[in-house]
Amino acid sequence: MTRYGLFIDYEYCSGCKVCVTACKMEHGFEPNDFGIVLLQDGPRECSDGKWEYNYLPMPTHLCDLCAARVDAGKLPNCVHHCQNGAMVYGPVEELAAKAEAANKSDIAIFVR
Amino acid sequence: MSDEKIDAIETEEVLSDGKTANLAGAELAADEEQIGQRIREKGIAYGMPYNNTYNMDLYPDKVQWKEGDLTATRTTMWSGPGCHSGCQIIFYTDEDGKLVKTEGDPNSPMTAGRLCMRCLELPQMTNNERRLKWPVKRVGERGEGKWQRISWDEAYDIIVEKVKDIQENFGPECIVSMIGTGRNVSQAIAHNQYANFGGADLTLCFLSGDSCMLPRTALCYVIMGNQWVADFSQFRAKRYEDDPEFVNPEVAIIWGTNPMINNADAFLGHWIIESMKRGTKLITVDPQLTWIASRSDMWLRLRPGTDAALALGMMNVIINEGLYDAQFVDYWTYGFPQLAERVQEYSPSKVAEITWVPEEQIIEAARMYAKAKPATVQWGLSVDMAKIGVITAHAIACLVGITGNIDVPGGNVLIDQAAGLEFGYNSGIWELEGTPYVANRLGVDRYPLKKYGFTASSQADSILQAIETEQPHPVKMLWIESANPIANMGQDAPRLYRALKTIDFVVVEDLFITPTCVAFADLVLPCAMSHERDCIRVWFDPLRTLTKCGSYEECKSDEEIMIGLGHKIAPEKWPEYVVDDRSYMNWRLERDGVLDNDGTQMTMERVEEKYAGMWYHKFNYRKFELGRLRPDGMPGFMTPTGRYELYCTLFASFGDDPLPYYEEPPTSPYRTPELVEKYPFVLTTGKRSFEFFHSEWRQPETISRQLHPDPMFDIHPDAAAKYGIIDGDWVWIENQMGRMKQRARLNPTLDPRVISTEHGWWFPERAPEEPSLFGVFDCNPNNLIPQCENGTNGYGAPIKCSMATVYKVTPENDTPEDQPTYQVCTTGYTHGPTHLSDKPSFYDGWTPDYEPEGFFDIEEYWATHEHEEYVPLHKREQA
Repeated sequence: MTRYGLFIDYEYCSGCKVCVTACKMEHGFEPNDFGIVLLQDGPRECSDGKWEYNYLPMPTHLCDLCAARVDAGKLPNCVHHCQNGAMVYGPVEELAAKAEAANKSDIAIFVR
Repeated sequence: MSDEKIDAIETEEVLSDGKTANLAGAELAADEEQIGQRIREKGIAYGMPYNNTYNMDLYPDKVQWKEGDLTATRTTMWSGPGCHSGCQIIFYTDEDGKLVKTEGDPNSPMTAGRLCMRCLELPQMTNNERRLKWPVKRVGERGEGKWQRISWDEAYDIIVEKVKDIQENFGPECIVSMIGTGRNVSQAIAHNQYANFGGADLTLCFLSGDSCMLPRTALCYVIMGNQWVADFSQFRAKRYEDDPEFVNPEVAIIWGTNPMINNADAFLGHWIIESMKRGTKLITVDPQLTWIASRSDMWLRLRPGTDAALALGMMNVIINEGLYDAQFVDYWTYGFPQLAERVQEYSPSKVAEITWVPEEQIIEAARMYAKAKPATVQWGLSVDMAKIGVITAHAIACLVGITGNIDVPGGNVLIDQAAGLEFGYNSGIWELEGTPYVANRLGVDRYPLKKYGFTASSQADSILQAIETEQPHPVKMLWIESANPIANMGQDAPRLYRALKTIDFVVVEDLFITPTCVAFADLVLPCAMSHERDCIRVWFDPLRTLTKCGSYEECKSDEEIMIGLGHKIAPEKWPEYVVDDRSYMNWRLERDGVLDNDGTQMTMERVEEKYAGMWYHKFNYRKFELGRLRPDGMPGFMTPTGRYELYCTLFASFGDDPLPYYEEPPTSPYRTPELVEKYPFVLTTGKRSFEFFHSEWRQPETISRQLHPDPMFDIHPDAAAKYGIIDGDWVWIENQMGRMKQRARLNPTLDPRVISTEHGWWFPERAPEEPSLFGVFDCNPNNLIPQCENGTNGYGAPIKCSMATVYKVTPENDTPEDQPTYQVCTTGYTHGPTHLSDKPSFYDGWTPDYEPEGFFDIEEYWATHEHEEYVPLHKREQA
């Protein structure tokens, strides 16, 4: 069976919390429940003088990759609304190939 | 003059293509460039490289369809709750018209499916139990928060009686209407004020110096006869590489704005990201490292309020190194030699001292920007929020002008409202033709730029002065739509509290009972939210429809209220068939002569059905070459010289400096060094967060408030350590004006001499009645910022560049009686009356005959002044 996942190009994740909110609204989660959370690193000045400042959306055990939406022919709600087009939904193999083809750093793939 | 000859030659060449004189935007885009066609061709509007699997069966090319039991309506979000932008959204409503969920429209060329978190959580606001459901009138004293439900008819009767009484006995000039951001309120509040109330005073609700967009806009109209925005191909349905004319900016300067969050007029931050993916390099000018600054090639960390100096320093480099666009300067600008002389006063080393930006970075940024073709500047609110806001805008506009990036693809492009429709603050102004009211707007006599420049609004501070001193006339009635001045928009919030208590009659239209309602309102009218209205959005192309698809209790749109009042107060001004939003929109489209490209009268229905709710006009670049900026059809700009005025001839005629310059903020470590010991930090305010838009979204039921429960201010870790502050501590922030408290967020990207606060905080979960008043003054940075400290042109105020100190909140200094809201409600000031003696060093007083010792004290003023009987203008005319 094909496994699906989320590809996240976090060079372009600005921490806008759209994925967090889209997920909560889609699933009607209680205030303490999240299907995806946002991790933050920095802003932190490195010894080479560069600033590191990254956000990374991280799915939780409540993420079902929006099975109901996908069944209806839609994208997962986080992917649909991502402000900077930084997320991709698809078969893990395709996501891995995409990551390799992108030829850059700052990409994460979450497998569900 | 030889320059004019050059222009004349250009004229003949350009006009030989048969184009007639036309204002920008009036020509229509061809059918194949409208989005309906585009969607059918491709399925997805533009190159989101990752999202191209949308199911067109689920998102058909229509305004409305069914999805299961729900009705889906493709439309545009506006307000309220709102923002400056209008993203394309799909509302899903149930059979009762209740909003169930929202999605971004994946086929929109402007937004391509994207929404921000607030539009996604919209059902939590539209269905919020705290929402105002019907009109209410005050039954207790102001501040008690006691209301009685009334019918719309009763509400209208109360208003009509008051308005007619004031019109007759004091004159319509004594009625003032005030607006917040509310972009789709503007056409209604303006038209209501001009047609129904009959006065000309419409203003941003006590925003000192009108310091939001208007300083930049006024400057642009004065020196180029138009206004601009950074070009990311947003005015065409085919975006980026699919647009044959668009050129991706090589360099973009992000100046004094955090575009990922704040989404300004005609602009969405994610457009920059799309251009970055296509190669655009960024320079970000900001006192702190925003996320986009971290993705920029250069980040210039300037001292708040010194933007003009930075622009002048960059021009010093560009001019002295010959990096400017000599041809554009020669053909199209006025006053370059004078500007070149002026910038000699701003060497990079001197500017480095002023701005705290290292000299080598100033030089490098100047070269990087000037050498790039095209390059663009996306500027933000920080430009406006200085006393020299207009001058700062002038400096940056000169920087863009001398590099020739005006109205070119990927540069800074000149824009008008779609279809030439006047849906801004001049909506309905024709009703005042032949009356003396426009010429007598408050503040007009004091500020020539208000009188002769771009203005459709009265100067906010002058209205406050009129309320306090009854000069030049009293204000008897305030009509406030979509604004909450003591929570958000008004500076010296305690002073507003003291002044607004004295007004005879205050009506507020809003979504919720706000602190402003409780403290001042006699009547509160419940407003419809965005999906509960029909409207057209013309704040820049394309013209978009808002299609009503829901309702809530007895809420009405601003248009419905305007029309309901209109048929009672001034029936001769309202056609009988104008009875609701849609008939108003269609009346305006007809009245303003808006035609489809086959000559058919344009209607809302036609935009919805033929154009899927988005109707594009043909966007032209280099309109100054095409003769499209001037009514006479000549090439050039709509200015006295016909040129882009680096040297502003209008400023010269007013006696103001015609060239940009830098001046220290009214209080700063250099202007008022005597204050440094007491107030060691430079205070900048209004830091944005994704969760909120100004004072909106504080309701605890929203995801926004749950993710961001408390007001936060940023402070450098070293500075925090010095004051014994750790991350998350509640901290008092105080200066000579007043104090407030927020929680510390340690931010190592700030200069240790700078702190940065949020704004707009109130607490809907707290008690409404005074002295609780939803805690509105407790965390309000406007306690620390003055009113009436404006530029010589009436615009600009030091809202983002003052001084303050910090100290930890402790049980001893945080008793109920220490809370700023308690203090204001009981004494009128945040420190109690003892603070009266601590006179702000910069305070310039108010009226020619009155120089207060400390703050403006309305009781003290009236202890030494007599109330004069006011003779209304219309009675003077008769006499």
